[in-house]
Amino acid sequence: MKLAEVVSELDLKVRTARGELERAVGGGYASDLMSDVIANGAKGDLWVTLQIHQNIVAVASLTELAGIVLVNGREPEDATAERAESENIPIMVSALPAFDVIGRLYELGITGGTSPDADQDERT
Amino acid sequence: MREIKADLHVHTCLSPCAEPEMVPTAIIDQAMRTGLDIIGICDHNSAENVGAVLEAGRRKDFPVIPGMELTSREEVHVLGLFRDEEGLSALQKLVYANLPGENDPELFGQQTIVDEHDEVIGSTTKLLIGATGFSLEETVHVIHEAGGLAIAAHIDRERFGLVGQLGLVPEGLEVDAMEVSPYAELEGWPDYTVVTFSDAHVLRDVGRSSTSFLVEEASLEEIGKALRNEDGRGIVAAGGG
Repeated sequence: MKLAEVVSELDLKVRTARGELERAVGGGYASDLMSDVIANGAKGDLWVTLQIHQNIVAVASLTELAGIVLVNGREPEDATAERAESENIPIMVSALPAFDVIGRLYELGITGGTSPDADQDERT
Repeated sequence: MREIKADLHVHTCLSPCAEPEMVPTAIIDQAMRTGLDIIGICDHNSAENVGAVLEAGRRKDFPVIPGMELTSREEVHVLGLFRDEEGLSALQKLVYANLPGENDPELFGQQTIVDEHDEVIGSTTKLLIGATGFSLEETVHVIHEAGGLAIAAHIDRERFGLVGQLGLVPEGLEVDAMEVSPYAELEGWPDYTVVTFSDAHVLRDVGRSSTSFLVEEASLEEIGKALRNEDGRGIVAAGGG
C-alpha cells in the first residue's frame, strides 16, 4: 500500500515531504523509545509515535522508514519539520490516539514484524 | 590543586521513588563515611530539600552542590547543578510552572520536605515523577540561563536516559557532560566529557559510583573548569566504589 492511500484512508495531515507519498508502506511499528525503533523497526515501516523531537527524523532516516505518524494531534517541533523536509521524511499528523491509529492501519492490512501468514503458521 | 571525590547525583526523601531514610544528616554522614569529598543533591523536578541538606553539610563542614534532576518532555533526565541556591530557586519556579499534574502518594510515593535536622515539615503536591513541558534542548537552555551546569543523566539507561529515549545524541546538544550509570562503560562518547555518579535513592548507594576531579577547591566553578579541562583542572578518575 502506498503512503498516499494511508493518508487518505486515515485522513492524516501531511506536514513534511509531500513529494514522497508514492512510497510503499511495508509494515508498521509503534514505540516512543527511539532506541527501540532503531533496534526493532524495519525498512519500509510506518512509525506511529507521540515523540516530536528532531531525533525522530534521524531515526527514520537511519532505519529507512516509510514515514512517521504523530498521534493525538501532536505537531512536529520546528527543527523536526525542517530536518524532515531536508531529509525527505514524510511526517503526518492524526488527531486520533495511538491505539486507534494503529487499529485502523491494521484494518488496512498494515501489520507489524510478522506478516499475517507467518502469524497463522505460529498458531498451528 | 587537590583531588576531590564527587557524587553529584543523590536523591532525598523528596523524590517519590527514594527511600524515607534519605534525610539530610543521614546523607551527609553516609557521604563522609564512604570517603566522598562533595555531593550534589538532585531530586526529580524539585529542589525543596536542597537547603536542608546544604545546612546539614555546613554543620559538618561538608560541601554540597545544589541541584535538580529535570525531566524533559521526551522523558529524558538532565541534571542541573548550581553554585548557590539563588539560580536554582529561579529554575524551580520555572519548572513548577511547567510541570502538570498532582502526586498521588499511594501510587507514586511520598514527597517529603524536611529541615536540616531531618524533621518532616511538609510535602509537595506537584507530580514530581511527571515530565516538564520543556524539550531536551529547552531543558538544557533553562539550566544554563539560570547559571547552572547541565549534565545528561544516566545516558546508558533505557528508561529516562538520553540515548534510550531519543536513540542517539541530538546534533549540537550543549550539555556540559554526560553521566553514565554505576558500572557502565565510560568509553564510547568521544565528543563528550563523561562522568559517573550514583543516582542514589537509598543510603547504601551514596558514593556507589563517583568521579574524582583535580581542582583548587570543592566548588561548582572548579568542577565546571574540570569538565572543560581548563587551567589544569580535569577528571582524574571515574567509576564504582
